[in-house]
Amino acid sequence: MRMSGRRIRAVVRKELREYRRHGSVVVATAIFPLIFLIQPLILVFMVPSAGAATLEQWHVLLYMLAIPVLTPAVLAAYAVAGERQQGSLEPVLTTPITTEEFLLGKALSALVPSVGVAYAVYAVFLGCVALFAQPAAAAAVLRPPDIAAQVLLTPLLATFSIWVGIAISTRSSDVRVAQQLCLLADLPVVLVTSLIAFDVIHLTPALGVILIVLPLIADVTGWRIVAPMFDRERLVTGAR
Amino acid sequence: MGDGDTWPLAADRDDPPALSVRRLSKRFGDRVAFEDVSFDVGRGEVFGFLGPNGAGKTTTVRALGTLIAPTSGSATVAGWPLEPENGMEIRRRIAVMPESPGLYLRLSVLENLELFADLYELADPRDRIERSLRAMDLTGRARDACGILSKGLRQRVALARALLGEPEVLFLDEPTAGLDPVAAREVHELIVGLRQRGVTIFLTTHRLEEAERLCDRVAILNTTLRSIGRPDELRDRLFARTLTVRTAAPLDAPDRVFGGLQAIEGWREDGRAHYVLAASDPDGAAPGVTRALVAAGADVLSITESRRSLEDVYLELIDGDVEAGPR
Ligand SMILES: Nc1ncnc2c1ncn2[C@@H]1O[C@H](COP(=O)(O)OP(=O)(O)O)[C@@H](O)[C@H]1O
Ligand SMILES: [Mg+2]
Repeated sequence: MRMSGRRIRAVVRKELREYRRHGSVVVATAIFPLIFLIQPLILVFMVPSAGAATLEQWHVLLYMLAIPVLTPAVLAAYAVAGERQQGSLEPVLTTPITTEEFLLGKALSALVPSVGVAYAVYAVFLGCVALFAQPAAAAAVLRPPDIAAQVLLTPLLATFSIWVGIAISTRSSDVRVAQQLCLLADLPVVLVTSLIAFDVIHLTPALGVILIVLPLIADVTGWRIVAPMFDRERLVTGAR
Repeated sequence: MGDGDTWPLAADRDDPPALSVRRLSKRFGDRVAFEDVSFDVGRGEVFGFLGPNGAGKTTTVRALGTLIAPTSGSATVAGWPLEPENGMEIRRRIAVMPESPGLYLRLSVLENLELFADLYELADPRDRIERSLRAMDLTGRARDACGILSKGLRQRVALARALLGEPEVLFLDEPTAGLDPVAAREVHELIVGLRQRGVTIFLTTHRLEEAERLCDRVAILNTTLRSIGRPDELRDRLFARTLTVRTAAPLDAPDRVFGGLQAIEGWREDGRAHYVLAASDPDGAAPGVTRALVAAGADVLSITESRRSLEDVYLELIDGDVEAGPR
């Protein structure tokens, strides 16, 4: 079936307009980037030069992957449950929009700001480290393979988190409950990236490949799982 | 009724009907929302779907609007059979204004309409939006956030949104529910305007006078269809005038007494020695009835004229929902 780019763009534009005027969404999208920027900064700048060896063992950058995991969860949780709570889902579903167009629009509008914010935060962090950290610490953090993994994993993990969030959102009628469930569901991912970041789980090349392939598979299949979960009849009549 | 009857009734038209519904039913588990509903709506017709709360109006609109699948029966909407694979084609040709407007309250009126203009892939969105705003008298409010608008204004925005795509069939689900009389009147006037432009409208309401005022034909629903017809037909039927006769003892041959009277259109026995006679002119009929009764040797206790109000008959028609199955 032909997908309408215009309808998808319309959903994205509407969604971004709504986010901007939604205080709690703005706060939520700002809070995770802040937390996960400040902690690594403290780590890098507080570690005495003798500790550069520790930094070398760690992958501080990977710790920041929590940003693209947690931020879109908040947005995606809002995606369907928020519409239902507002009563705005029913009129939208009476237009020619397909489920796929609607969900893609929702996913993109959670992906774009989350990845954007994550990249911006990395840039700030890398800039601070390059300019102000002690050379040994800076060298330990600014490793090209880590940066490449970071750049690649950010959209992959964000997409995964978005499908989980939308899946949960289609099953909840309350936005807050949906958001809490989403954060809970994403916690294991954050745990794994953090454990790798602090070398509790040792990062080998094999693990690196798994780390990229797994979210990729989840992203592609997540789509196929979420679209059928979007049951128009239940979403429209179940809200009563 | 006003002078709004400017186009022929559906039945007089050769076009295929805008809506054609046959024995449609919807159950939620063992709960019947509506059952065995059949009707046609012609192009350009304003069709009223009148019934109390819980009658199944909203569920019918949702079924015809492809949001929920009927349990049985069939329908054609804007020329397309109501089947899952036709959902998109049907939705292209209709617009639904749900019971609650469902606007994005954080967005402005214009932004709400822009979204829907894109969802319908309108060729000239600016122009369509402007026209819809003008038709609903909202041009001055385009930049206002929907959240600050009154209920009546929100309803008008929802109407403007529904008009954007120039739908072949416009579904309005209780468009004036919860509005104050002034706002309700404004919405009525807007619907009358749409009617004059020949828009096909399927309008649900639980308010009798609204159906009477706005609709070419009205169906009365309470889980099943109870009656269907033009408001004036219904009114004639509903306003049927009667004479109530009480005699001291039951008549031996009531048929011979009442049957021969020109002015009496029908009669029935309503309890012992209690007869209800249908007469379009009760005043003119009463003397003849009295004479016939006396001639038959009956002791007349009383002859009274009773007039059932539209309200009474409506209540009677929608009564008996207990028989409609498990609810
Ligand atoms: N999702 C649902 N699950 C169970 N029963 C429902 C559902 N939706 C509607 N009903 C029932 O169907 C009947 C008709 O409801 P509705 O169509 O909303 O009536 P109306 O719009 O005329 O007030 C009611 O008895 C209602 O309780
Ligand atoms: Mg209703």
